[in-house]
Amino acid sequence: MINRHAGIRALMLWTALALAPGAIAQQKSAVDDIARYRELLQDGNPAELWELRGETLWKTARGPKKVSLEQCDLGKGPGVVKGVYASLPKYFADADRVMDLESRLVYCMVNLQGYAPTDAKKQPFGNGNDRKSDIEALVAYITSESKGVVMNVSLAHPKEMEAYRLGKAMFFHRGGPHDFACATCHGDTGKRIRLQDLPNLLLQSDAQRAYTSWPAYRVSQGELRSFQWRLYDCFRQQRFPELEFTSDASVALTTFLAHNANGAVFNAPAIKR
Amino acid sequence: MSVMIPTAKKKSALAVAVAALVAFLALVAGCATMLSDNDIAAKATAMMKTSFRESGQAKLDRLDQDDVQATCSQYESAQKLPKDVAERLEKSQMATIRYPADGKMEGNWKAGEAIAQNGTGKQFNDDPSKPSGANCYACHQLTPQELSFGTIGPPLLGYGKLRGNSPEIQKYTYGKIYNSQAFSACSNMPRFGHNGILTEQQMKDVVALLLDPASPVNK
Amino acid sequence: MADPMKIRATLTGDTVDVRVLMQHEMETGQRKDAQGKTIPAWHIQQVTATANGKTVLSAQWGPAVSKNPFLTFKFRGAAKGDKVEISWVDNRGDKRTDEAVIG
Repeated sequence: MINRHAGIRALMLWTALALAPGAIAQQKSAVDDIARYRELLQDGNPAELWELRGETLWKTARGPKKVSLEQCDLGKGPGVVKGVYASLPKYFADADRVMDLESRLVYCMVNLQGYAPTDAKKQPFGNGNDRKSDIEALVAYITSESKGVVMNVSLAHPKEMEAYRLGKAMFFHRGGPHDFACATCHGDTGKRIRLQDLPNLLLQSDAQRAYTSWPAYRVSQGELRSFQWRLYDCFRQQRFPELEFTSDASVALTTFLAHNANGAVFNAPAIKR
Repeated sequence: MSVMIPTAKKKSALAVAVAALVAFLALVAGCATMLSDNDIAAKATAMMKTSFRESGQAKLDRLDQDDVQATCSQYESAQKLPKDVAERLEKSQMATIRYPADGKMEGNWKAGEAIAQNGTGKQFNDDPSKPSGANCYACHQLTPQELSFGTIGPPLLGYGKLRGNSPEIQKYTYGKIYNSQAFSACSNMPRFGHNGILTEQQMKDVVALLLDPASPVNK
Repeated sequence: MADPMKIRATLTGDTVDVRVLMQHEMETGQRKDAQGKTIPAWHIQQVTATANGKTVLSAQWGPAVSKNPFLTFKFRGAAKGDKVEISWVDNRGDKRTDEAVIG
């Protein structure tokens, strides 16, 4: 069907373009300049404002039971915040479920502070100064206490292993009108969408770099965004329906991706475009 | 070690040893009862149904998979597809292509460029009454002027210049946009016509962007 | 009162380096919402920094300053243990004052 010489001509044309200084050099410098801009942004990360607010929320007596979250067990015992994020998601016997940070926080808000589950989950993602998300602030604070800790998500418990396998199956699940799966954008190395570099989440080095940079202050959002938000917004762009906050699928996929990042030093809250 | 004579004491030691062996076998058997890959796939599908909610135009049926989606998910990537499976899929997808009734495949390249630049459409926050874009630049290079292009797909710079503008090439290009998997099973490229993302006129405009000698793609 | 600022003040030699993160929408007044209505301007207009009772920085800001602004400046004439106080007032009359100890 296709003229078989077209392939060779295409190769020659592409080689000629690759050697042409103009457009390609401009293109490469655009990507480099964006990387430099991101480096410069590291100082004065507004995420610190969320960390401050989160620390206050953790220590304040709130909810119908007027209790603080300081007895909440995030995996290393009640009240221990240091280093917990690097081991999440994990299986919690009291809930008999694998939980990520957000689902565990909802659990503590419900069981310790007496919130109804719908109230605890009513503002998962902030939308301006007058519609702040308490959970995002708590996530900022708790993750900041894992800075410098090496990712060590365990799959020893059968439910943890199952969550990992379910997350992996989801990663390859093609669906929706665009036939997109996570793998469509995140299953290959060295690709980008427009000018945004895409990590290959099946490759350990890329997965490590990507996972340990969330949560992050997204300048374009003007908000601190968590990993739950990242998944929710990916699925929106994949043309899927809406991913439910702290749902089983969100935790399974997080387990898969977090475990792939094992061995990396956690480095968030970061700042992104 | 002396020969073991089954006294009462030795009998209980034996019983302990047997019990330990049984426990070990149970543990090994437990590993064997771990869910198979097929069971995991089924469980994942069921889990997704209860983990997503419908929003705007995105209903839960978007999680249901057609033959192509299910098969491509199972094999994870186009590279891992067995040849016979690829051929079967391509044949079935080729049969879905509906060419324009008036036989004209090319529209207006300027309209095509706007469609290529537009990344909206079909998301749950998009207005379903507005036309979708094709978002070509997310994955492809097209015009030399547009530097903000992706690399998930091959560059299309000079597409028409390389291939000419014969009726054959026009038909191939239209078909590729309509259903890319007719030519490349499990391609990452959306099936714009078959899945109702673009209208016939929109697809003609994108063909023009690629093939019209006046299009910047070919200059 | 509005959201607290995060202030860091460090002395090197005789110079104090101050870094302030402020939480503010900094709405320019040029944007329109989904219904096409203009979102009213809401931004910091006056920033003042004092140390030991003396003003060390005075700034008039406009809509060009971005959301959640990050301000850095240096000054001389203070010692470790002294306090730096930062205040801002916005166009709605809302205000915030926070202080930090120079470390």
